[in-house]
Parts: sequence; C-alpha cells; structure tokens
Amino acid sequence: MMTLTINGKRTEASGGAILDVAKANGIRIPTLCHHPALAPQGACRLCLVEVKGMRALQPACTFPVTEGMEVQTDSPKVRAARKFVLELLLSDHPQDCMTCEMCGNCALQDLIYEYGVKETPFAGDRHLYPLDDRDPFILRDMEKCIRCRRCIRACDEIQAVNAITMINRGFRSKVAAAFDTRLQDSNCVFCGQCISVCPTGALTEKDSHGLGRAWQIEKVTTICPYCGVGCTLDLNLRDGRVIKATSNWNDSVNRGVLCVKGRFGWQFLHNPDRLTRPLMRSSLWREISGTEGTPAKYDGFVETDWETALDTVADKLSAARTAYGPDAVGILASAKCTNEENYLVQKLARREIGTNNVDHCARL
Amino acid sequence: MTIEELERIRVEVNQELAARGEQAMPNGELKPPRPGEVRVVLRNCGQINPERIEEYIARDGYFALCKALNMTPEQVIDEVKSSGLRGRGGAGFPAGQKWLFARQALAARPAPADGAPAAYLICNGDEGDPGAFMDRAVLEGDPHSVLEGMAIAAYAMGATQSYIYVRAEYPVAVEHLQTAIPQARQLGLLGKNIFGKGFDFDVDIRIGAGAFVCGEETALIDSIEGRRGEPRPRPPFPAVSGLWGKPTSVNNVETLANVPQILLKGADWFAGMGTEKSKGTKTFAIAGKVKNTGLIEVPMGITLREIIYDIGGGILNDKQFKAAQTGGPLGGCLPAKYLDTPIDFESLVAAGSLMGSGGLIVLDENDCMVDVARFFMDFTQDESCGKCPPCSLGTRRLLEILTRLTRAEGTEKDMQTLEYLTENISMASLCALGQGSVNPVVTTMRHFREEYEAHVLDKFCPSGVCKGMFHYEIIADTCNGCGACRLKCPDKVIKGAKKEPHEIDLANCIVCGDCYKACKFAAIAIRPGPTPRSRLPNL
Amino acid sequence: MTNSIDDLAKAKAFFVIGSNTTEQHPIIGAGMKRAVRKGATLIVADPRRIELARMAAIHLMHRPGSDIALLNGLCHVIIREDLHDKEFVANRTEGFEEMKALLEGYTPARVEEITGIPAADIQKAARLYAASRPAAILYSMGITQHASGHAAVMAVANLAMLCGNIGVEGGGVYPLRGQNNVQGACDMGCLPAVFPGYQQVANPEARIKFEKAWGVSLSDKPGLTVVEMMNAAHAGKLKAMYVMGENPLVTDPDLQHVEAGLKRLDFLAVQDIFFTETAALADVILPGNAFAEKQGTFTNTERRVQLVRRAVEPPGEAGSDWQIISAIAGRLAGDKASWEYDSPAAIMAEAAALTPQYAGISHERLEKGGIQWPCPSPDHPGTKILHVGQFSRGLGKFSAVEHIPPVEQTDAEYPLILTTGRRLQHYHSGSMTHRVAGLNTLLPEERMEIHPADASSLGLADGDMALIESRRGQVKSRVQLTERIKPGVVFMTFHFPETAVNLLTIAALDPVAKIPEYKVAAVRVKRAE
Repeated sequence: MMTLTINGKRTEASGGAILDVAKANGIRIPTLCHHPALAPQGACRLCLVEVKGMRALQPACTFPVTEGMEVQTDSPKVRAARKFVLELLLSDHPQDCMTCEMCGNCALQDLIYEYGVKETPFAGDRHLYPLDDRDPFILRDMEKCIRCRRCIRACDEIQAVNAITMINRGFRSKVAAAFDTRLQDSNCVFCGQCISVCPTGALTEKDSHGLGRAWQIEKVTTICPYCGVGCTLDLNLRDGRVIKATSNWNDSVNRGVLCVKGRFGWQFLHNPDRLTRPLMRSSLWREISGTEGTPAKYDGFVETDWETALDTVADKLSAARTAYGPDAVGILASAKCTNEENYLVQKLARREIGTNNVDHCARL
Repeated sequence: MTIEELERIRVEVNQELAARGEQAMPNGELKPPRPGEVRVVLRNCGQINPERIEEYIARDGYFALCKALNMTPEQVIDEVKSSGLRGRGGAGFPAGQKWLFARQALAARPAPADGAPAAYLICNGDEGDPGAFMDRAVLEGDPHSVLEGMAIAAYAMGATQSYIYVRAEYPVAVEHLQTAIPQARQLGLLGKNIFGKGFDFDVDIRIGAGAFVCGEETALIDSIEGRRGEPRPRPPFPAVSGLWGKPTSVNNVETLANVPQILLKGADWFAGMGTEKSKGTKTFAIAGKVKNTGLIEVPMGITLREIIYDIGGGILNDKQFKAAQTGGPLGGCLPAKYLDTPIDFESLVAAGSLMGSGGLIVLDENDCMVDVARFFMDFTQDESCGKCPPCSLGTRRLLEILTRLTRAEGTEKDMQTLEYLTENISMASLCALGQGSVNPVVTTMRHFREEYEAHVLDKFCPSGVCKGMFHYEIIADTCNGCGACRLKCPDKVIKGAKKEPHEIDLANCIVCGDCYKACKFAAIAIRPGPTPRSRLPNL
Repeated sequence: MTNSIDDLAKAKAFFVIGSNTTEQHPIIGAGMKRAVRKGATLIVADPRRIELARMAAIHLMHRPGSDIALLNGLCHVIIREDLHDKEFVANRTEGFEEMKALLEGYTPARVEEITGIPAADIQKAARLYAASRPAAILYSMGITQHASGHAAVMAVANLAMLCGNIGVEGGGVYPLRGQNNVQGACDMGCLPAVFPGYQQVANPEARIKFEKAWGVSLSDKPGLTVVEMMNAAHAGKLKAMYVMGENPLVTDPDLQHVEAGLKRLDFLAVQDIFFTETAALADVILPGNAFAEKQGTFTNTERRVQLVRRAVEPPGEAGSDWQIISAIAGRLAGDKASWEYDSPAAIMAEAAALTPQYAGISHERLEKGGIQWPCPSPDHPGTKILHVGQFSRGLGKFSAVEHIPPVEQTDAEYPLILTTGRRLQHYHSGSMTHRVAGLNTLLPEERMEIHPADASSLGLADGDMALIESRRGQVKSRVQLTERIKPGVVFMTFHFPETAVNLLTIAALDPVAKIPEYKVAAVRVKRAE
C-alpha cells in the first residue's frame, strides 16, 4: 500500500495507473483513447493530469502511482490543456452532429460539451475524405476519426487480426488497411470489433444508419444463434425491430468479443421470406377440406389456420403410429432450438408416440 | 582472444602503420583539428582504415573492453558515473545511471524461461537532425569504437544482445558496420565468452526507414520490434520495460564511442574536461553562414563565440551574426547575447534551446527568423508520428499560422494563437518531438519579436526573405554607380549612368535579390512593401 | 468440453486437430491467437493450412481419415521417450499397458506412411505437446465426422491423459460444438438412446424414473439416428416424420438418397422459420420462432446454460415453438391439459427435475448469468472443469484403438479425396446467413479449394467451373486454386444449396456414434463445360 494525494485528498492505493486509482476514489478523469478492454496508450492527451515535480502534464491512463505522489486531476492548468486538445480535435472534425449516427453516443461530443468548446480558435486544413462505403457492414467516415487507435488496438489485442493500422505520418496519418484498400481486400474478418470501440462516428454499422439514436434504442441481452461458443449479444431494438447487435463487455463467455455472424448476422430476422402462416400441401388440403384453398407464395402449398394445421399433424402422426407402430414415426429435434423446446420434442416422441426415434443434427 | 594476443596485434600493426607514414585515410566530412578542438570521439576518424579491426586495435582498441571485463559490472558503472558522461543524443541523461537502472530492473525479475536475452542494449544511430552528421562520421570512420563501447555498456547493464539502429540514408556507415561486426566476431571480441571472462555479447544491425521520430528511444524500440515507430508514454522507461518488454538501455553513438576512452584513461581524465555538470567533449556539425563549416569536437563549456569565430572563422562575407540555431529542429535560436555563454546541457536549456545531438546552424542578418521558425515547423509537422493530437494537429496549426505570417497574411490574433499553441503543445504532447517542436517558434518569438511584429503589423520582412513583404531600394548616397547590380538584374529594371547612383524601376521589379547580392558596397536597402510583381498569388 | 473457454488463456500449449477454430468458433480462435502471441505453443494438425497453422510452431498436414494413426504416433513417441506423466497415469488411469502394447506398432515411420507427415515432424510435435503443460486439445468435426469418429475421440483422450492434462486448469479436451444449442439438445435427450441427462433408455432404472414422471410406459428400445431414419424412410419402414428446425435435405450425407427417402414418407411435417429445401417436401409447414423471438435457454460448448430472451415479436402468425409442440402433443395425448405449461421457465423446471446435471438450474438463477453443468443443486455454483481429482467413471480408461482407414478409398476412377467443412461467413445450409446481404457480398458462392498441382493436371484455372463427381452424385462448383489445401485433397462447404456438396458425401456411419463420414469421400473432378 502506498499513500498519495489526489486533488488534495490523501488516499491509499496498492498500485496501478493514476486513472484507475482516481476512479476507485470516485474521481472521473476524461478519456478518449482509453478503453477498459484495451491496453492504455496515453495518446489522446485528454486524461492529462498534473503530477507534482513533473514539468509536462502526464497521462493518467499510463502513469503509475507512487508513494507520496501529489496529483491534480482538475486544476485550471489541466482543464486548459484538455480544452486545448479538444479545440484542436474540433478544428479537424466535421460539425454535423445533427445527422451523425453517433450523436448522443459520442465521446468527443460529450467532452466538447463538458468543456464548453463552442468554437475552435484554429482555422486551418481539415481532413477531407470521401465516405468509405465500399465494404459491407462497416461504414468508414474517416473525417470523423480522431486517431485514438482504439480500432487498431481492438483488431490487434482482441481479435489478433491486425487488418488495420495507421498509414502516413503526422497530420496526414490515417487508419487504414494496408495500401488503403477495401477491408474486403485485406485480412479483415468483419467482426466489427473496431466499431464496438470507436468513440466517434468514424466507424459505424452500415446497415443501421438512420434507424435509431442511442437514446431511442432498447437493448435486450440474449445469446447468439450461430456456433456453440454461445456469445452474449445485445440486440438493439427500436419500434419492435432489431436495428443492430452490440457487444456486451460484461458477459462471462465472450467478454464483448463478437464475430461477423454474431454482430451482423441478425438481419434474417426481419426478412420478408419469414414463414408467417401455417402452410399445407395443396393436395392434402383438398383431401381434408374438399376446397382449393388460398394459394401460398410457394408452389404446391396453400395457407391454412393453426387449428387445422395442428390437428392435421396430430392426426397424421397418430395414424402412422396406429397403422405401423410407434417406430414408424421419426422426430428430428434441433440444435438451433432451446433446451425447453427440445425437452418437449423428445417428450412428445417418447411419451405420446412411444418411440425413441428422436435425434437432431449433432453429428452434422 | 587474450590480452597478449591483442597486445601482439597492436605492436605489429603499429609498426606497419609507422611504415605507412602519416598518411591519413580519407574522410570527406572531417578536416584536420583546428586550435581549440579536442578529439576523443573523433580521434581515429580519418586516421585509421575503418575496415580493418587491426588498425583500431593498434590505436588501443578493445583494451578498454578487456579492462572492463576484469572489473565487476558495478565498478564499470561507477567509473562511467564518476566520469560524468551524459547522453549525447540530446537529453543528457547520465549514461552510468541509465545502465544502473536497467541492471536493477534486470535483477528484480526472473530469468526468461525461453532462453531469450534477459536484457538488451541498443545503440541509437538514427541521426535525423537535418545537417547533423556526428554519428555518421564515427560509424563510418571508427565503427569499432562504437562496438567496443556497446560491449562495455552491455557488460555493465547485463545485456547479452544488442542492436545498432542506423539510418538507411547512411549506406557507408551500414557497410562499415557490416564489415566490423564479423571482424570482431572473428577475433572473439564479440560472441561467446569474450576474453575468457564468461561474457557473451553480440550485435545486430537494424536499419531505419527514414522516420525522424525513431530517434526517440521508445519509437526506436517499436521500430526494431517491427512496428511503426511511435513513441510510447514513459514510465515505464525502457530501462524497466524496453525492447520486447525486457530491460533495455538505449545509448547514442557518440555516448558509446566515449566509453572505451573513459575506461582506458580513467574517469578523472574525462571529468577534467568540460563544465561542472557537463563533462568531456561534444561534437558539433557547424552549418549555415559561417566560413568553416563541418564537424568539430570541442570541450564542453566552450562559448558560441569561440566556435563560430575562432574555429568557424567568423560569419560568411563578414555579415552580421544574427542567431545560432542549436539542437536541431527541436532546439532554439540564440541571439548575439548568448555568444559568450559557456555551452553545456544546462546553459542551453536555460536559454530556451537544447544541446540536442550537436547540430549548430549559424544565421546572419539576411535570415528571417519567422521564416526559420516556419522552416523547422514544416520539418517537424511532417515528421510528427501522428499519435497525439497536440503534436499531429498542433504542429500543423503552427505551420499554417507561420506560413500566413510569411505571406503577409498574419494578424495580431495569429500572434496570440501562436503563443497559445506553443505553450500548450509543449505541455500536452506525448514525446520530446512534440514538446520540443515549439522551441524554434518560442525562441524566435522571444528573441526576435520585432521581426514577428514587422511581419504582422507592417507586413514587412526586414531580412528580405519573405516574398511580397519587402522591396529593394538603392541608397543614392552610398551607391557609387559601379553597375554590378544593373548587370545582374535579369529583368533589366535597374537604370543608372556609370558612376552615378542607380535606381530600381519598382513597378517592374520582381524582387529576386540578385542586385542585393551583387552589391559590394551595401548600397541596396531592404524596404517595407511589395512591388506589384513581387506579390504572391492568393492561394 | 472438460474445461472452460476462459481456461484457454491459462494453457501453455494448444493442440488443434480437426478444428478450423478461427472460422468455426471465432471467439475461441481469437482467444487462442492471443494466448499464442503471449507465448503459448500451438500445434496444428489439419489437411488444410488453416489460419491458425500460420502461427503454429508446427503444422501437421495429414491425410483426411488418418487422425487415429497420427494420435497414436504422438502417444508412441511420448511413451518411447518417457515424456508421459507417470504419476497421473499410475494414479488416475487404467489400461495403460494394453494401450502401450498396441502403440508399439505406431512408429513414426509407419505413421508417416499412413498420414503423409514426415516422421521427424511427428516426433517434434509429440515433444512439443509433452513439454508444455498444461496443454489443451481442441477438436471438432474433423475428428468426429468419420466412420472411425468415436475411436478417434478415444485416441484424443489417450493423448490428453498420457500427459496428465485432464482435470487441470489450462489443460483439458475441448470438443468444440458446432451449433448454438447442440450441447443442450443432447443434454435434453434429443438422442435416440438416452433420456435427458444421458440416462439410457435401455436402463430400467432410468426408464422407471421417466415413466413415473410422465405417467406412461416407455419404450426400452433405442431409436434411430438421423441417417438411420433416412435409410428407414427409404426402405419404407419409417412412415411419418416431424422435423423441427432442421434442413436434412441440404445437411445430410448422400442427398439423393435422403430426398428419395423423404419423398417415400406418408407424412412429413416441418416446423421452421423459412421455406427450406426440406420444407418444400413437407405436407404441413408450421412457422416457428427465430432466436430473438424466444424465451428459453441455450447450452454452449462449455456446458454453460444461458438465458435466451425474447426481444421482438414473431412475424405474422408465426407461433412459439414450445407452444406448437405442446399443442400437437396435447392432441396426441388426447389430453391438452397434460401439456399445458405456463412458460418456458416451467418447462425448464420439469426438465431440471429429471436431469441430474441441470438439477440446480432455473430461469430465475440464470437471470444473473449462465451456469455450467453439472449443477446438482440450487446452491451449487456450477462446474468449470470436469474430472478434477476423479473421472466420472472413477479411473480414466486408456483405449487401445487401431487406425481404421476411411470407408471409401481413392482409386483410378475417383482419385481425389473430398473433405467438407465450413467457412466463417456462412452457416450450415445458409437459410439464415444467405438472408444477410453483407455476408453474401463477402462470400457469394461456393469455391472448391484445390491445390494448383492437381488443378493444372486437370486443366483448371482459378475461378473455373468444375464438375465434381462421386459414386453418389455430382455437383458443379467454381474452383479456387490454393496451396492451403494438401495435394490430392479438395475441400468444399455445405453452405450453398445450389452447390449441394452432400450429393457427393457418403452416408457411411461410425458404428457407435452413428456419425457420417463427411470428411472423406472419393471424387473425380473435371472442367465443367
């Protein structure tokens, strides 16, 4: 344990960076490039604090606490430096929050607001890049990039893919795939982890644009329907429809990490091809009702109602069992369905049909 | 290799050298020492054949390593600490202390299980300051002195593997190292069990890719690791967690080249040179408006006046000295009042500049200080790595304002913004590049504020550099009508009869400056205001 | 899986065999990559140079169908060089001597002949695996989808036990489950031989338990597996089928046979969310729910039971799957009330009471986070690692298993081995992923992987259309020339119904696990005109 002073208040810590110790003591230090899931890099200079004895201001995210240290996290000098950094960032940022996808969910916007940066004193060149919509799923608006490199670090540290990096230097530096190609032409796996950590509107879900702002979204935490890892994902809903899926950093399986199918593979939910009414083979319908029925959009099928459909299935299964014995009936359960549904299916097979002919695609 | 064998080579080759006579090897950059110079680091440059290890041995080479290996690492560190040797790369951190920190960090952690080196030494030969070539001279002319210094340093700090990081723009230095390293291995001066003392040590070369920022030690480490070179925040310092997370000492070429001499001649000898806090000698690359340019090595504590006027021979064309720019692009411009200040790490910093790696550019009355600041800012913003906004965006904004000032578009608000930017960039930037990038602006604004004000308020460049911000006028009283200006004028806009005062037709003058340079009688003056044809187009 | 996903970060080494983890289980793949970057050793055995192979200390590119020989060869080297964990073998296992005797025959030289891997590489891999403990073994369908699949699984267990890698953090055997709830479907007894909780239908004690709970007498005769059902349908013995959320007409082996079988049925009911290839043959199609419309639980590959929450309403009249099943079952029972459940939570309560591993699990508990079974009681925290201190059967059994060659061998007529698998961007028969535009952009069609050497002898260039034929059928596919694949082997996925690779695959089954040999079929390839 060591003793240090933060904003004049004595506190104890066992070690760690100033940022963490401050947070543990209820002191918020603003950050931009910092992300809890990523290694700190001290680049954005928003978390600068005064450390007694140091000439320059120091980044709280990387600077370790030491015995007897005296830190000021909110002094006029610190606030001035942060405001300065924000003014610089604003001087190179499109000011189109009104239509920006990330409005209300943007770390830069929040800080500009908090520090009251009404306008930037620096007139000068601004990065002008065309909107990069060449790829599916990931929309890149590099004019909004503040070069915090969270995306690069997520691609490196979390996904270990390293599809993107910084290219060029200084003012001209830019996050890009090698040779600034489309992501499709790089080794990008479209996991979208970069989007999940982007603090601004530089990287966003292409298919979710215009569908809802952060405060208009309701999130439901559920489990991914694809492979057996069982990742937790948050379905983002508006008006009863899924508009995107996001990482949930707190879950215990994937800890906020998702793959391309998990993050972007939900669109089938609202596909117009979804079956919405019970269907019956036309010949069977004729046999049962003696009428032609309402043709379905699939050849050879008519639409039916639930009662008729359920009765027919029960009757036909029952008839087969009666005529040929229970083992003439086979039931396929599903590795896509829930435990509860599968429990019921095998119970149906065993209890009502009397057969153990129940299986699913475990081997496929 | 044994000390006896080394001695045998020394004697033999010395006889051979004696037979060859005093014929020095060619070295383009280095002239014979002038009075006032003391050569420690450069002592062999131009004197021996750098491609023959035997000639280095003949000059007492590798005896210091042998001596060091007979001492404990702690004794070596103590010797170097008491010599007062400080890092020659710019920051001036005590070299022995750096090794001690790395050694302590090494002792505090378990030995690596995978057989990888436990600690690294890196020799920083990424000499990026424009016009500086001290390290290049040593690497080209005396590579073994660096290798020997590296071996001693590695022994002291506990490294077994080292890298020497050299600019790709120094092909001869790379080539000479590529010759020297196998030669040293061949003789057992690198490799396993050196001098039978159980010390293993080897050196590999890493070639830079042209980024100025890779001279910063953490960026250099990134670059060696195969990544884009970008500075990391410190702590952790490389001594604790450097190359591949191992304790690492990064030392400059010149620092390391001093080490063998300190071991051989003793700490007291070295500490006998220089000032109270800055010991030994320092190499400088003198450039600019001085009669004798080139590389020099002088004791610390020498004054700028001695360097410029005694060794440098004074200002070119006997013009008026205006400023000395020291420390490279991150250093500052010192006016005449500092000419008699003894040069050492502290005094330069106190004056707002830097020792840096030893670049020294002399400026005269015809250099515009605003334009000089703009020039350096152009360099720095181009070389900014882009990692932190204060540097990557801030230097760009500085450049934009300075460019406006030199185009007669500056405002008083620009002056305030300049000050606001410099103060904050220096306070908030991640690394020494960003923090130091403002120094040329800060020092020129501090010492030559009247030039800035002339640019902003009068739209006048008093030094006659910034296009469209001045014109020439022939002073009738001084002009003797020699006609030199008239003959030089490309547009034939100077009129005047022989031996009569001449006159410039301002309506047609493009202010090219040929007349000004041609006049031997200081009869042409720089006056405010553009001529119609010297105005720059609006961009 | 014996261990947990989190546990992988603690492994000093990974042996990945028959799993293209970064594409099939990307989150586990990424975790492994992170661990390897931090210094863990990676050994990969796969006929394809999968992404993980690029960062592996060694990549063993063995012939499809030679896994047992390879695993036995590794065990042979470890025993011969005395690298095994003698204490673990002595205290925790049995059958070592018998296995050792059988392994005598699996010298690196002989294993080289069978697998095509140089003997030196087999030795190197064995030493690497033995030298780094704890080490985790990850496998997937590459091991199991063979007529010798169950024996290969035993061979994997042998290797893990030999080096004491069972029941320890960072060790273990990871059979990676392919589908979101394949684990749960098995746990819930959707297998022909077991009730929920793997209680054998042939075991009278178990049967009595379920008879008592359900109030009826139950059959003691194990039922048919998927492929056996298709055979029985084809033979006219199976007359009616009810298929919930499966698409056997794309995913099952030897599709012509499957189609003929399904068409012979008197009645076929399909419950699904899309009009699948299988649905097209149905008599009645019942619209079900997608995951986001369900309340219930999935059990992942690490035995973690997790809550699935209803986020959106199903489209149109699509019904809740659990209610559909209850409604049919109630009709069959002639007693709708006996099949009335309040909610999925009530179903879980009934299932948990009958499933020892789930005894302590309820929806209420799961609200706070997933629980890994076995969880025998409501206060039990769940089980992260199986077989700590003791195996479920007491001592771990070494099984002496011999290499069994694939059922279908290549010959002059069908000279290439077809092995099948999956890719990152699509999923199974594609009924979900083909309805995600971006995924189709990333992977629009099947591209059969073929080695350039094989392609050039067939006159095929990259992007050409080829006709691939087996003894059972033929498909056309575009080809991709790549050195990622071993010469003599071609690779296809089953994601594209229009390029239905299962027209080619063989329905040869493992005698115990009844798993089809998707991984080896003999084919010939020619340019399609």
